[in-house]
Amino acid sequence: MTSRNRRRLEVAFPWIVITVLLVTWQAAVVALDIKPFVLPSPTAIFAAFVENRGPIMQHALFTLTSTMSGFALGVLFGVTLGVVIGSSRLVYVGLYPVLIGFNSIPKVAIVPLLVLWLGIGQPTAIATAFLLSFFPIAVNIATGLATVEPELEDVLLSLGATKADLLFKVGLPRAMPYFFASLKVSITLAFIGAVIAETIASNDGIGYLMLQASSQFRIPLMFAGVFVIAIMGIVTYLIFALIERRMTGWATRGRDMQVASGG
Amino acid sequence: MPEFVSLQDVSLNYDVSESSLALSGTTMSIKRGQFAAVVGPSGCGKSSLMKLVTGLKRSTSGTVSVAGNKVNGPLKIVGMAFQNPTLLPWRRLLSNLMLPLEIVQPHRGRLRAHRDEYVERARDLLRTVGLEEFEDRYPWMLSGGMQQRANLCRSLIHEPELLMLDEPFGALDAFTREELWGVLQSIWMTKKFTTILVTHDLREAAYLADVIFVMSARPGRVIATHPVDLPRPRTIETTFDPHFIDIVHKIRNEIAQVRNEGKAAAARTLKAV
Repeated sequence: MTSRNRRRLEVAFPWIVITVLLVTWQAAVVALDIKPFVLPSPTAIFAAFVENRGPIMQHALFTLTSTMSGFALGVLFGVTLGVVIGSSRLVYVGLYPVLIGFNSIPKVAIVPLLVLWLGIGQPTAIATAFLLSFFPIAVNIATGLATVEPELEDVLLSLGATKADLLFKVGLPRAMPYFFASLKVSITLAFIGAVIAETIASNDGIGYLMLQASSQFRIPLMFAGVFVIAIMGIVTYLIFALIERRMTGWATRGRDMQVASGG
Repeated sequence: MPEFVSLQDVSLNYDVSESSLALSGTTMSIKRGQFAAVVGPSGCGKSSLMKLVTGLKRSTSGTVSVAGNKVNGPLKIVGMAFQNPTLLPWRRLLSNLMLPLEIVQPHRGRLRAHRDEYVERARDLLRTVGLEEFEDRYPWMLSGGMQQRANLCRSLIHEPELLMLDEPFGALDAFTREELWGVLQSIWMTKKFTTILVTHDLREAAYLADVIFVMSARPGRVIATHPVDLPRPRTIETTFDPHFIDIVHKIRNEIAQVRNEGKAAAARTLKAV
């Protein structure tokens, strides 16, 4: 196979997999005569989506807003926390057990607590999205800062560099690949957080829509909700993956860039 | 020539126990504009010496002074280069070179207004090491030897009075290494900055230095000082000169001896325990 054909296959392959999956699903439902309230066929799900597209899009937009707001807060807080942990050994040692403990708590368990503090609705969804998304960002920024070569620090310190110089000239740029990698993980977690909060305590959002659909036995509509979440997840992930590629080409040593030899 | 770097009976202990003594009673003095090399068996505290002179570490006892002043904190007149080139992979070569200018005063304050002048200076430096065509490349696009040339340029861009080199050519192949000796020698001969080169390579020390300090095994101290009076510019031919070979041979024997003493001492300590 030529490399050009191989690249074409790589681009087409995800679509092939999805198509095969959906066709198999449809065939199985038809052939085995599975009832729609157990497992609806893809066409039934699509019909449910088209039928309810107005409310679905409205709820999806609500979920997207909650997710993005929570995620934005998560980025702000995560970066700050990561910088603090990454630049001070003492803070790192002190905060580490607390952070691990916090990260071990299933966030579903604290949604009722958030409802108590923030009430039913969007603030709770934003808070849950935030709580799930900041952790990977903080850890990755801290890791990036910790991987600065000690020799380079010596070189800069012997030039009279301040802590801020080290952070802005070396530490943060060095941490960027880690940061962008963590964004891809965090945006997905933010979606999970928002939808969890909506299923527990909200009158809007895809999570709420799915809960309603389930209580009315409108299983195709529930699945339509699942698909909408998955698609939003994939699209946001792709957007951040693209930003990552643009911003940190140096970290992957620009595989498509030309390499000089000799010397 | 006045004394530029001086160490008087300097000791360095990383913690309180006797076993972590890195340097003990080290005394050496280097004149302004001199090229000094420090050689010794591995683990003799050569790198500790670098940290002491640049003020990155404080001595446990004794005095370190540079340019007549006692060293109390990181010096700001130093250029440093290590075995690892540590160029920043997200910056192009020219901008890597300019990094010290963004930190050292007075350049830091002048850089924005006099950018062209500084870019010109960086280009000049790149030209002296033969990298003028590569200023727009990222460091990882360059070979190890080219990266190390750039590293050397970066350590010189702010025209430091003192250049500290810690095995800068250690990771290179023999031919590239010898080529870079020549490059370094010619830059030094035009600018005459005081240089301290820490190395394992005795030929490198004898090729480049005016004076070679031989250090003992840990805890390190200076056990011999050899002036190298070969005429400059030295070439690879010089390294086949009987006098050159004599110097290298003598130092080699001294190091072999301190290594054996070190091993014997270690064996005694083991027995005592």
